[in-house]
Amino acid sequence: MDFPNDLKYSRSHEWVRVEGSEAVVGLTDYAQEELGDIVYIELPEEGGEVEKETAFGVVESVKATEDLFSPVSGKVVEVNSPLDDSPEMVNEDPYGDGWLIRLEMTDQDEIKELMNAEQYHAYVEAESD
Amino acid sequence: MNPPGKRTGLIWDEPLLFELHPDQAPEPTLGARVPSPARSAQSAQPSTIPSALLRETPPRIPDLSEPEVLRHYSRLSSWNYGVDQGFYPLGSCTMKHNPRLNEAVAALPGFAFIHPEQPADQVQGALRLMHELARALAEISGMDAVSLQPAAGAHGELCGMLMIRAYHQARGDARRKVLIPDTAHGTNPASSALAGYEVVEVPTGPDGLLHPDTVAEFMDESVAGLMLTNPNTLGLFESYIAEVAEAVHKKGGLVYGDGANLNALMGIARPGDMGIDVIQFNLHKTFSTPHGGGGPGAGPVGVKKHLEPYLPVPIITERQGRYDYDWDRPQSIGKVGQYYGNFGVMVRAGAYIRRLGGQGLAEASRLAILNANYLRVKLRDHFHLPHPDACLHECVFSDKGLPSEVTTLDLAKRLMDYGFHPPTIYFPLVVHGALMVEPTESESKETLDQFIEAMVQISREARENPDLLQSAPQRTPVGRLDEVRAARKPILRWQP
Repeated sequence: MDFPNDLKYSRSHEWVRVEGSEAVVGLTDYAQEELGDIVYIELPEEGGEVEKETAFGVVESVKATEDLFSPVSGKVVEVNSPLDDSPEMVNEDPYGDGWLIRLEMTDQDEIKELMNAEQYHAYVEAESD
Repeated sequence: MNPPGKRTGLIWDEPLLFELHPDQAPEPTLGARVPSPARSAQSAQPSTIPSALLRETPPRIPDLSEPEVLRHYSRLSSWNYGVDQGFYPLGSCTMKHNPRLNEAVAALPGFAFIHPEQPADQVQGALRLMHELARALAEISGMDAVSLQPAAGAHGELCGMLMIRAYHQARGDARRKVLIPDTAHGTNPASSALAGYEVVEVPTGPDGLLHPDTVAEFMDESVAGLMLTNPNTLGLFESYIAEVAEAVHKKGGLVYGDGANLNALMGIARPGDMGIDVIQFNLHKTFSTPHGGGGPGAGPVGVKKHLEPYLPVPIITERQGRYDYDWDRPQSIGKVGQYYGNFGVMVRAGAYIRRLGGQGLAEASRLAILNANYLRVKLRDHFHLPHPDACLHECVFSDKGLPSEVTTLDLAKRLMDYGFHPPTIYFPLVVHGALMVEPTESESKETLDQFIEAMVQISREARENPDLLQSAPQRTPVGRLDEVRAARKPILRWQP
C-alpha cells in the first residue's frame, strides 16, 4: 500500500495535501482498499464550511456506507465533481484524480495534529491487526 | 462432503416475458384482449380525452397465454431461496421457521376477511387479539405500554426516537444529540437523524462491550439519549447495561433499546429491567412471521410509563370486555402508519406467543443461544473469532488468517455451492471482513453439522484451491454478479 511522504494523514483515513493556504483532501489507499469498489460519493457544495473531524460527505461502496471526515477546518473552494459520474477514480487513483475536496483552511495549525506517512503506516498496521 | 452434483434438466434458463416469443405469433394467443387504440382507424368511438394523449398503436404486451405466464413465474419462484428451502444463517436477521399453525390462524375468515374501516363493534375479535398481543409484548419486554402501529423495525425505531423528542420538548428541554455505539445496526443512526438528532458515535471497548465510563464522558445536557442493541451486533450481552443506562439517566437522557436481537432474551431477561425506556419489537424476526424479500414486517414499540402519553394514536383499549380505539391522546406523536399496522403479521406473532407460552419462549431463546455457541465452538479452529468468549444468539468471525487472495465475499459465495444461504458479511463494521452467523432455534443438530462441514471444507479450499472460492458460485442459476454495475447502472426496465 502506498502512503506518499508529502501528505498528512488523519485517523479516519483521509489525506491532506497542503498547497499554500489551501488543503486538498482525499481518501487514503488503505481506506479505498478496505471499502472495496466505490459506487457513490456525496460531496458538499462549493462555498460551504467544513469543520475539523466532522462529516462533510458520504462514500458508498459495495460493502458499506461511511461518512467522510474533514482532517482540517475550512471553506470548500472546489469539489471533485467528476466523481459524481466516476467514483471508481477513488479506487484507481486515490492520491490523484480521486481527490475529494479543496479547502481554504481557517486554522493552518490543525495540520500539525495530523500524522505523517510513517506514523500513518504504523497506525494502519496496528488497526489491521 | 462434496457439493451436490450438477443439476440440470429441471433448472430452467428463464428468459424475460418480453423475450419468450421474439417473433409475434401469427395467431395471437393472448390470455386477454386489449381494445383497439382510440385514435386508430379501427376505433369509431369519439373520445373526450385530448387526441395528443391517445395512443395510435396497441401497447406492446407480450403475446402469451395464461399457462405460459403462470409457468414463467412459477419457474422464477423456483430460483428463490428461503428458510423453507434450507438453512438461512443470515446474521442479525433471525430467519427462523414460521410455524404453519401461524398461517392457519391468519387464514381464519374472522382475521382474513375484515376491513380496517369496519366499526369497532364488528371486529371485536381482531381488536382483542391486538390488545392481548400488546400486553404480551409488554410482559416479555418489561415495558408498561405498547403500540402495534409501526410497520417494521426501523419504523419502530423512528417512532421511539420521536417519542423521546416529544418527551424532552414537553419538558422545555431542547436536546440535539443521540449517542450510538459503533456496533449499532445501520438503522439506528438513520432513525436518530430522521428524528432530527445529531448522531455521536461512541466507541466500544476491546471486549466488544459498551462501558459506562465511556458513556459518562459523552453524556451532558445536550444529549437526548443513547440508542443501543442488546445483545449487540457482535452477539455479546451488554453486561454493563444497567450502569450505562444509569449514566444516561443521570444527565436527563433516555435509553432506546433496539429490540432487533430480542430472540436471545425472551423469557430470560427483560429490557425494561435493564433501564431501557423505549424498545421496538421486530415481530417478523423474533416472533416467527415470514419476512423474506423485504416484508411484510411489524415493529411495535414499547415504552415505560413516562413515555406512554406520546405513543402513536389510536391505542386499543379494553373496558368491561369491550375493545375500542382511543384517539383522545393530546400528547401523542400522532398517527405513524396506515390504519393500525400490519395486522396479518400481528396475528402470526400472537399465534406464536400463545402456542409457545412463557416457558416455550424461554426455551426458544435458549436453543437459539445453544445453536450459535455450537457453531462458534465447532468453527473456532478454522476461522478467526475476534471475541472468542461465549456469544448469545449469533457469532461473528473475521477474515484474519484467510489467505490474502481470498475475501469474506468469496467465502460467502462458495457457501451457495454447498446449498446454504450465506451469512451476513462485512457487518458489523468493527470486525474486519466480518462473517456473522445466526442459526436461530429452528435448526436441528444435523443441519448445523452439515453447515459446519461445508465451512471446514471451504476453509481448506481457501488454502489449497482458492480459485474454487473466487469463481463461486457455480451451482446457481446465475454466477457472480457485477455488484458495482448493479449499484451504479441498474437496468430497471426491459428495453427492446
